[in-house]
Amino acid sequence: MINPTEYLPKSYHRRMSTYWWLARWSYLTFILREASSVFVGWTVLLTLVQIWAVTHGPSANAAFHEWMRHPLMLGVNVVAFLFVLFHAVTWFSLTPKAMVIRVKGQRVPDWAISGPNYAAWVMVSLGIAWVVLRG
Amino acid sequence: MASRITIEVARYNPARDHEPGVSSYEVPLRKEWVVLDALNCIKDHLDGSLTFRWSCRMGVCGSCGMMVNGVPKLACATFLSDYAPGPVRVEPMRHFPILRDLVVDTSDFLMKLARSKPWIIRKMEKPMDQEYFQTPAQLEEYRQFSMCINCLLCYAACPIYGLDSQFAGPAAIALAQRYNLDSRDEGASERLDSLSNPEGIWGCMFVGECTRVCPKHVDPAGAIQQYKLTAATEWLKAMVLPRGAK
Ligand code: SF4
Ligand code: FES
Repeated sequence: MINPTEYLPKSYHRRMSTYWWLARWSYLTFILREASSVFVGWTVLLTLVQIWAVTHGPSANAAFHEWMRHPLMLGVNVVAFLFVLFHAVTWFSLTPKAMVIRVKGQRVPDWAISGPNYAAWVMVSLGIAWVVLRG
Repeated sequence: MASRITIEVARYNPARDHEPGVSSYEVPLRKEWVVLDALNCIKDHLDGSLTFRWSCRMGVCGSCGMMVNGVPKLACATFLSDYAPGPVRVEPMRHFPILRDLVVDTSDFLMKLARSKPWIIRKMEKPMDQEYFQTPAQLEEYRQFSMCINCLLCYAACPIYGLDSQFAGPAAIALAQRYNLDSRDEGASERLDSLSNPEGIWGCMFVGECTRVCPKHVDPAGAIQQYKLTAATEWLKAMVLPRGAK
C-alpha cells in the first residue's frame, strides 16, 4: 500500500501539554474516574481483610475494628467511599451508551436502561444493610 | 453589539517558520457571520496568504474543522456573535500535524479508516438484476452512524488519540459500526479482527468528548461502547460454545 505521508511536505507536530487534563471538565472527570479504580481496588482488599478477620475469631475481628477506627483509616475510607460512589455512577451512566434497546422501532431512553441498574443497586445495598444492621 | 471583532489566527509557513505563531486581524462583527466568513474576509481583504480548508459552507463536506477558543468546531457552523466581544482564537485541529496555517495532515486517519473496511462486504454478491431490500427499521439501526462527514473534530477532542497515535480513533470505529449494523453487510467478523485490540475499540477509555463535539450527532463514543459489548459477547460465545456452533 502506498504510504500517503511519504509525499507530504514538512509539517509541524505539536506536543500535548502535561496539564491537558485540566483543560476541560470532561477530561478532569475522566482522570478522576481512572483514579477511582485505585480506591475500588482498596475497597475490595479491605473487604477481603474483613472477611478474613470475621472468620478468624473475635480477637481478630476486634483488632480489625480497632484498626478501622484509626483517624487515618477513617479519612482514607471516606475518600475511598466518595471515589467508589463516583465510579459506580459513571458506570451506570455508561450502560445506556453500550446497550441499544429498541421497542417498536424507537430506541428506549437512557433512563429506562440506567434506572433498573440504580434500582438493583439500591435493593442490594438495602439487603446488605439489613443483614449487617439486624444483629 | 460592537461592530468589529478581533480574530487571532495561528499561522505557520513550513518554508519559513520553525514553529507556529499568531496573527491578529480585525473583522466586521455581523450577526449572520460565522468563523469561516471572518477567515474569508481576512483572506480577501487583509492577508491573502492565510491558508485554510473549506468547501460547502453548510456543515456537509467536513473540511473546515478547526479549534475555536480551544474547542473543535466547524468554522462554517460557528457564529462569531457567540464569541463577542472577542477576541476569538482560531487554531488548526489538535493532534494532527500542521501543514500550513490552519491546514492539517489527515493521512493518518485515512489509513485507519481503510482498516475499518467502511464498505459493504458480501460473501457472495447477488446477481446484478437483484436488489438488496432494506426496511426503514433496518435503516434506523445504522443511520445515526452514517451521518459522519469525516470532519475529524472527534479526533481533535480525543486525548487518547493525542497521547497514542496508534489508536484507531472515534470516527473510524463509528464507521466500522455503521457497516456492521447494516443488514446487507456480512463483514462484521472481518472488522472485529482488525478492531478488537488495544489500538482499536479497547483503546477507548470513554472520555466521551468526541460525542460532545460531533456536529452530526453521530455519538462515536456510544458506537465504541456498543462495539465493545458485541466484541465481549463474541469472545464469550467463542469460549463457551463448541467450535463451529456459532
Ligand atoms: S464522528 Fe462526528 S466529529 Fe467525528 S468525523 Fe464523524 S461527523 Fe466529525
Ligand atoms: S465548509 Fe463544509 S463543513 Fe464547513
